[in-house]
Amino acid sequence: MAYDKFNVLTSTAYPLPTENVDTDQIIPARFLKATERKDFDINFFRDWRFEQDGTPKPDFSLNKEIYAGSKILVGGRNFGSGSSREHAAWSVYDFGLRCVISSAFADIFKNNCLNVGVLPVQVSPEFADTLFDAIMADPKTEIKVDLPNQTVTLVATGQSESFDINSYKKDNMLNGFDDIDYLKNIENEISAFAETRPF
Amino acid sequence: MAKTLFDKVWDSHVVRQVKDGPDVFFIDRHFIHEVTSPVAFLGLESRGNSVVYPERTFATADHNTPTINQHLPVEDPLSANQLDALENNAAKYGISHWGLGDENNGIVHVVGPENGITLPGATIVCGDSHTSTHGAFGAIAFGIGTSEVEMVLSTQCIMQPKPKSMRINVNGKLGLGVTPKDVALYIISKQTTSGATGYFVEYAGDVFENMTMEGRMTVCNLSIEMGARGGMIAPDAKTFEYLKGRSQTPKGAAWDKAMKYWETLYTEDDAEFDVEFNYDAADIEPMITYGTNPGMGMGVTKSIPNAENVEGGVETYKKSLGYMSFSEGDAMIGKEIDFVFLGSCTNGRIEDFRAFCSIVEGRKKADNVTAWLVPGSHKVVDQIQAEGLDKIITDAGFVLREPGCSACLAMNDDKIPSGKLSVSTSNRNFEGRQGPGSRTLLASPLVAAASAVEGVVTDPRTLLV
Repeated sequence: MAYDKFNVLTSTAYPLPTENVDTDQIIPARFLKATERKDFDINFFRDWRFEQDGTPKPDFSLNKEIYAGSKILVGGRNFGSGSSREHAAWSVYDFGLRCVISSAFADIFKNNCLNVGVLPVQVSPEFADTLFDAIMADPKTEIKVDLPNQTVTLVATGQSESFDINSYKKDNMLNGFDDIDYLKNIENEISAFAETRPF
Repeated sequence: MAKTLFDKVWDSHVVRQVKDGPDVFFIDRHFIHEVTSPVAFLGLESRGNSVVYPERTFATADHNTPTINQHLPVEDPLSANQLDALENNAAKYGISHWGLGDENNGIVHVVGPENGITLPGATIVCGDSHTSTHGAFGAIAFGIGTSEVEMVLSTQCIMQPKPKSMRINVNGKLGLGVTPKDVALYIISKQTTSGATGYFVEYAGDVFENMTMEGRMTVCNLSIEMGARGGMIAPDAKTFEYLKGRSQTPKGAAWDKAMKYWETLYTEDDAEFDVEFNYDAADIEPMITYGTNPGMGMGVTKSIPNAENVEGGVETYKKSLGYMSFSEGDAMIGKEIDFVFLGSCTNGRIEDFRAFCSIVEGRKKADNVTAWLVPGSHKVVDQIQAEGLDKIITDAGFVLREPGCSACLAMNDDKIPSGKLSVSTSNRNFEGRQGPGSRTLLASPLVAAASAVEGVVTDPRTLLV
């Protein structure tokens, strides 16, 4: 499914310093029953955002008015562990987020994000702490994520760090391409390869 | 340069390497189920693509299926809709489909090996993180997202950077009551829930050599719980014996040819891993988890560590114990439980039911415990009956349900109620994993059985004399 191109994003951010946030928290399994991709924002972090009767939990970061409309989430270490459900990445995107920053991501979640147009930005644990501290001190702290230059910057202070992304995926994100576009272009090469497989 | 098992299988599936990018990686076998495939088919159709190699994809319904009354229409309309979508998509594109009630139906990671679809040296993916299970056969197997399911359907490839390599050696003799599940939970407790992120693991050493194929599947299944993309074990005589004659394995000359290839699938002596760990079998006890990720495990007789003695953030640790309503220093033995769940792609195979029965035989389920015993497939059910285990189960006051993922992820009605404590043989103890507010203790079938008859967390060794 197509997604909007990603270039430079400047936004406030939701802080979520809890470590090992797993995809069952991001989108619980009982909300995976759809057969089409829509409205996954509704149950994004369902059980952390809402009581079982549906009342919002006011203390949870994603419910705080002060952060509303942010396009970046700064998460704790090992963000997105667990299940391979792409619904987790869809719910991030559908909630209006285009970038998740963390000092470490689980592999499958990171891959899924890149495939749906959410940029996972891995920073050092020290820089992650700097970001959390800045947001705690001023909830309106702006963070600039510059994909062409591969940097993430605290706008107010200019503190900055570079991040890794391979040039193939970077090109995809900048242009809104995905892997199927690439693979369909080399179909003949793949079918020739398939002929060589023993089983 | 000397190659690892992982290198051999990976490198032989690379169609091309993208400059400063991932490998174009060919997939031999693709499993799909009802939850993570419908959107992939929608994507495929919206682009005007088709399924290029339908004979390489296998569909089975498991995640969202009831475990009682499977002969009746599925009551939940959303679940029924997903099951219909799987069946219709499979029919439309000529993909084999094992729906509810089919004699081959069951959990995808149980039925794949059972039917000989899983083969050494193959690449296997599925929109499910426990696809790592199939690594037990010397395959490279891992979970993928729905975008990648669409890629496999429409091109038979995905784009993957090659992971780094890790070898985990466990040598020595396992003690009484120590099962493959305990070996895995022990390793994960050492690695933590993210220690192997970015790596593909090879398990080596006599502990794995001596394991049954079922045991190896349990170990490889849990690789993802320490962050690894997958885990694998070199195929050996036991692997070939397991596979020979299964419905989808190569036959005759094709088998002989495959054997010649499979016998080359081992790590060469001088091959190097990016990182290597050694553990001693004698240090492993029957394990139990006490927190909200699978890395928070310990020997069942131990007490919950203090926050200052664990890796990672103190706040996250305290939040986790708070969710579980446990305190630092608590002993797990003797904690009253409400539920026991035997099943899942981790521990839903015949050997797991044998282990469970070895404890409950001649004993009775405790009155305070609700137990769900869910075989991994219809073939496992048949085997349970053939061995007379069903009688042991019934005599001990338990009921055998029908196959499916069930309470492992609680998509169906098998939900542990809020606040209730369950000893589960499944793979995840995340908050609410087994139902909103549920609390999960991961353990082996032996610990589950001992706890089910005593009504409290119990060391199975006390009942195994």
